[in-house]
Amino acid sequence: MQPSQTPSRVNFAGWLYVSPLVLVLVPFFVAPILVVLAASFFATDGFGGLTPGFTLASYVEVLHSALTLKLYLATIKFTVLTWIFTLIIGFFVAYFLVFHVRNQLLAIGLFLLCTVPFWTSNIIRMISWIPLLGKEGLINQVLLAMGVIRQPLEILLFSDLAVVIAYVHQLTIFMIVPIFNSMARIDKKLIEAAIDAGASRLDIMRLIVVPMSKSGIALGTIFVVSIVMGDFFVVKVMSGGGSASVVSAFYEDVGVLQYPTAAASAVLLTLVLVAIVSLILRTVDIRQEITR
Amino acid sequence: MSAVLADMPKTETSKTVVPASTKAIAPSKGGRPWTFYALATLFAAYVIALYGPMFCIYVLSFQDIRGGLVFPMKGQSLHWFVDLFTQVRTGDVKGSFDRSIKLAVIVTIITVVVSFLAGLGFRKRFRGDTVVFYMMIGSLVAPGLVLGLGTGLLFQALGLNASWYTSALGAQLSWTLPFGVLVMFAVMSRFNHAWEEAAYDLGASRWQSVRLVMIPVLAPGLVAVALFGFTLSYDEFARSLQTAGSLNTLPLEIWSMTLNVTSPSLYALGTVTTIVSFIVIGASLGTIVLIQKKRGSRAKG
Repeated sequence: MQPSQTPSRVNFAGWLYVSPLVLVLVPFFVAPILVVLAASFFATDGFGGLTPGFTLASYVEVLHSALTLKLYLATIKFTVLTWIFTLIIGFFVAYFLVFHVRNQLLAIGLFLLCTVPFWTSNIIRMISWIPLLGKEGLINQVLLAMGVIRQPLEILLFSDLAVVIAYVHQLTIFMIVPIFNSMARIDKKLIEAAIDAGASRLDIMRLIVVPMSKSGIALGTIFVVSIVMGDFFVVKVMSGGGSASVVSAFYEDVGVLQYPTAAASAVLLTLVLVAIVSLILRTVDIRQEITR
Repeated sequence: MSAVLADMPKTETSKTVVPASTKAIAPSKGGRPWTFYALATLFAAYVIALYGPMFCIYVLSFQDIRGGLVFPMKGQSLHWFVDLFTQVRTGDVKGSFDRSIKLAVIVTIITVVVSFLAGLGFRKRFRGDTVVFYMMIGSLVAPGLVLGLGTGLLFQALGLNASWYTSALGAQLSWTLPFGVLVMFAVMSRFNHAWEEAAYDLGASRWQSVRLVMIPVLAPGLVAVALFGFTLSYDEFARSLQTAGSLNTLPLEIWSMTLNVTSPSLYALGTVTTIVSFIVIGASLGTIVLIQKKRGSRAKG
């Protein structure tokens, strides 16, 4: 860069460069959040009309409803199950690619193979489970033909199981990428030294690989948790309407124009999400992690 | 994936210098430990589970008129593809397809330009950069449907009509830009500042150094940003739902089809939209590889 820049010039240049970004994020992220926050305090005529004012009625309604607890429990259940499975699969897939594939170009090729579906439609990937999991689907057909079961299994599709399968299918990539990145930075000499010093495979995993991929795990967790907690269409379609999550209930509220209730529940969800994310952020400096 | 795309030049050049780094950790030099086979099996199972279901619906979309939603395959024809674009009951597929492509192109252009500039801005610390950074992370992790509703209500309050090229465009940018900037971070962290300084020393203006040095060097990264911009916009659903106005984009059309269409038309639409995605992914990755190759041969010759 050109020499002798004063701090104020650096600040000005920095803001100049990020100003287009800010000009998009303020009206389309900050303002909508504030609108939802405001709407949660408004009253409604029940037909989609909002009366500006300040009432906590919507919060009282949401917090008093027995449904709210049920929705949060269901959402937490889906989040925890999805997190466990994506973490286990993502960790070992990344581990395999980084430490077991000896040819680096091949490792990148296999890595891209894992990422390609990320750039295709989520909805299509979700409905693609129907011909497999359905009552007359492939899995039931095969199990029936093998004589393992007599009746087609009905819990495969339109159940909580199907919801978790769809989540894991879509979100494991969000674990693989950051974990792969942090594992790829581990110096292989460190592991060779550990082997020379007599460390077992478990010791290497426990004392070197897991601690050094912690930041990747944290980043992946943020992605997976925030997407599952913010999702509604996987729950709606894959459970066949049998299960609901916080956001799918929000969607139903919006459908019947109950904006203040929907907004109040959205504000509560956002608070929960912020709490979880900042808890994770305490363990890892995300900015330093991303920019280094 | 961003970092790996950006890594491609690095690995290609460093491979010849330090072949030792490609060696995997194995207790014995020649044979593979049992963990290799276990993890290779897991990896293969993962890839099959990743692609298997998708291929099922591609295959099932080529059934004839008797076709249903499950196997076995009933005949082979293009019936459901024709049905998709001619039948009224499946909705306005052609129109929404058209809109989604146009929108994705606009989003891509804006995403590349804005992410590139933000990438330049974030190279140095400046007062308030953390606020902008966390605003971006917030935009990334916020529930899309909630943001979409907020945007919809905002437009309503301002007396503006929600449409795919105004409110939905902005809502999608709130999703594609954080990804674009994160990719730029990965790309920028590998940019050697000596090249830029050399350009200044040779008398280049700021604009010349950007146009003649930075953009050509960062080209593969910018293609990666474009890939994110296009595909994330083209498949975006949750944020568009409350902001697209009266005319649907393609994912919204697919969503309404999942609720009321129970014929292989749905699969045919899935096949068509995935083909578009694959063309875009293939073109982007192809371009990146081509740029690298050109560079490699120029460096040698």
